[in-house]
Amino acid sequence: MASLGSACLAVGLLTAAYAATASLYGARTGDRRAVVSGRRAIYCLAGLLIAATVVLQSAFLRTDLSYRLVAEGSSTDTPTFYKLTAMWATQEGSLLLWALLMSIFSSAVLFLTRRSLREIAPYATAVLAGVAGFFLLLMVAWENPFATLAVVPTEGAGLNPLLRHPAMMIHPPMLYTGYVGFSIPFAFAIGALITRRTGADWIRATRRFALIAWTFLGAGILLGALWSYSELGWGGYWAWDPVENASLMPWLVGTAFIHSIMVQEKRGMLKVWNVSLVIATFVLALLGTFLVRSGILDSIHAFGASTIGKQFLAFIAVVVVGSAWLVVSRLDSLRTTARLDSLMSREAFFLVNNLVLVGLCVVILWGTFFPLISEAMTGEEASVGPPWFDRVTTPLALVLVALAAIGPALPWRRATRLGLARAFRIPLAVAAVTLVALVAFTAAPDSPTSLAMFCLVALVLAVVVRELARGAAARRTITGDPWPRALAQLVARNRRRYGGYLVHAGIALLLLGVAASSAFMEQRDVRASPGESFRAGGYDITYERPTAAIGRDPAGTGAPISFGAVLTARRGDDVQTLRPARNFFPSRDPSTGAIGRFFEGEATSEVDVRWGLRRDLWAAIRPDIAELEPAIREANAKFADSSGDVQALVIAAIVERYRNDSPPAAFRVIDSPLVSWIWIGGAIVLLGALIALWPSPDARLRRVTSVYAARLGKELSRA
Amino acid sequence: MEYALAVILLLALVAAVVARPLVLGVGDDTGESSTHEELAAAKEAKYREIRDARLDLEMGKLTPEHHRTIERELRAEAIEILRRLDVVEGKAPPA
Repeated sequence: MASLGSACLAVGLLTAAYAATASLYGARTGDRRAVVSGRRAIYCLAGLLIAATVVLQSAFLRTDLSYRLVAEGSSTDTPTFYKLTAMWATQEGSLLLWALLMSIFSSAVLFLTRRSLREIAPYATAVLAGVAGFFLLLMVAWENPFATLAVVPTEGAGLNPLLRHPAMMIHPPMLYTGYVGFSIPFAFAIGALITRRTGADWIRATRRFALIAWTFLGAGILLGALWSYSELGWGGYWAWDPVENASLMPWLVGTAFIHSIMVQEKRGMLKVWNVSLVIATFVLALLGTFLVRSGILDSIHAFGASTIGKQFLAFIAVVVVGSAWLVVSRLDSLRTTARLDSLMSREAFFLVNNLVLVGLCVVILWGTFFPLISEAMTGEEASVGPPWFDRVTTPLALVLVALAAIGPALPWRRATRLGLARAFRIPLAVAAVTLVALVAFTAAPDSPTSLAMFCLVALVLAVVVRELARGAAARRTITGDPWPRALAQLVARNRRRYGGYLVHAGIALLLLGVAASSAFMEQRDVRASPGESFRAGGYDITYERPTAAIGRDPAGTGAPISFGAVLTARRGDDVQTLRPARNFFPSRDPSTGAIGRFFEGEATSEVDVRWGLRRDLWAAIRPDIAELEPAIREANAKFADSSGDVQALVIAAIVERYRNDSPPAAFRVIDSPLVSWIWIGGAIVLLGALIALWPSPDARLRRVTSVYAARLGKELSRA
Repeated sequence: MEYALAVILLLALVAAVVARPLVLGVGDDTGESSTHEELAAAKEAKYREIRDARLDLEMGKLTPEHHRTIERELRAEAIEILRRLDVVEGKAPPA
């Protein structure tokens, strides 16, 4: 079967090369048969990569240790769910996932545009085939996922314990779908530049793909944050890690793109800006993959580091230079005669929003690559650190939230003074009341930036609620529908607009959670013995008793040994019980001994969180197992050659000793306000994006079309 | 051997799929349908703009005069698209 997988990749590479060649030939000569043949080659590529993925996944499911990838990334005792997702925990599997998603997305967009964009689509096909071909070349030449071992081991290394978390296993496919999705508008933008057809056609054809990519990338980033919060044991959700930043940057520029294409669609403006944004988004997506794969910067994602960094860098250079040359050589076709009618218009605010988003991306890029820049300039590697990122990004985030409040309330082209006063009277009053209430009744004034963020969030929410209420009221005056129906109909008939507003509300809530938890989080690191109490934030915590378990890891990670604690947290009448633990995975190093290897392998935190709308109580434990070492050494010496059953009994006895005579353990307890709003806000963003993405029913389109056609027909006859 | 056989089989399969349009032609892949789809998409986009402007008027974001100006422009653009659609569909333009 490994031969079949390798054959799929080799034939896939040839197919991608054919798709690019046939499409280019067809585009240059006008031979439609070659164009259609190139398109069908992309469909074939998807089929080949689906087959390759099925082969590899079945090897993981069977734990076929003759595959090097399975031996390195899975084992017989890895839980089935993690076996299924172990593919993209490996370098080669990630490349296959990239190529697979790329071929599926490409097939979808080429099928949907098979009767339109005749000039642009063949070039886009060639670009998509080129990108897919690059990933296939990496697999065929350097990182074959189907490589086999000459000597088959009796057991695999197992999945990296840090990756045994549900969010972490969905996170990479989400991110990759986002990265890959942006290659679609990129490819069509390149096609539009080559053919000089730089109108809005390519945007209309690929807008939905850009939105899908943006949604998946955002969901992937959020899942990564959730993983960090609930698995890594440090208590935060964002560390400004280079790889985190690498996923955020294309999302920010993609956000700018999604806004600015509306200006091109409606006003025919910002053509140069839009093609530049989509090129930048795609390059940043490649850069994100490069950062994970190259190991060039220190990162918690170091498990992904490999040796294909140079190839990625060369590919990125080709994309940047080629795209930049195309944009410069097509400047005459990208010129537009349309101008801004007024600075108080939606398009003007979109432009400002774009500048802020790109500015945010540039400062994050600078901070991320600062270690390399400083090393090149001074010879010493220096890092800017999270406080620098917080300091420079917070003001820009505040401006962005303000723009998210103002933009939806403005009309296209020009706002009147009266309209502005009417639109902002109530929202500004809500923001002012929020300010007064926060100053009078809370500690928010201790953090002026958080206070500003809370007020701006109130402003955004008030604007969105007002927009919905006024829209529903307008609809009621026309149809007489009750409020809920009017609201539902309003959203259903204007999905793009109101989906977008919901996204704004979700982002505002997400930033509310970020601002509150960053400024008012209370963290306590303490060593405590069973029976001792300590205070953390607003809670009195008691370390009730230690826990120790063999083969009963409640998180289902497959860890054989788990040491933890039962904590009781009291805050007035509110009493909570927390059970943080630390899982120990066996070491593969034989020098640790037959018994010791169960205690000296990798260990991961199993954080316990009491989620709440007002606050989260978060607890992690780092048990001290140093006192068990004499017993472990003795057991290593005495029971090295004993049967598995005897060794299991000895391990159980050592574990029991920890439970009965536990030394002080290190705890981290965090009382953090409003963190849950980050995840709630994220869910609202996804809902809004889904509404904006959802296609309108054909029947409704036809009806509206016919109504307008009739009205337009009358005007035409009068003209 | 197994690998070579798999490559040959897969290549044959791919060749059969991609060679079909080269051998049998492309059927309904005509220029007219492409232009028609693009114009239809442009028409929908223009109608969406007209509906957006109407919604802005109903919500008080646009004054009636401002809305009239915008709608006049949008309708003119929509009519131009309809004219071109008529030409592509082979219909006689209204007198």
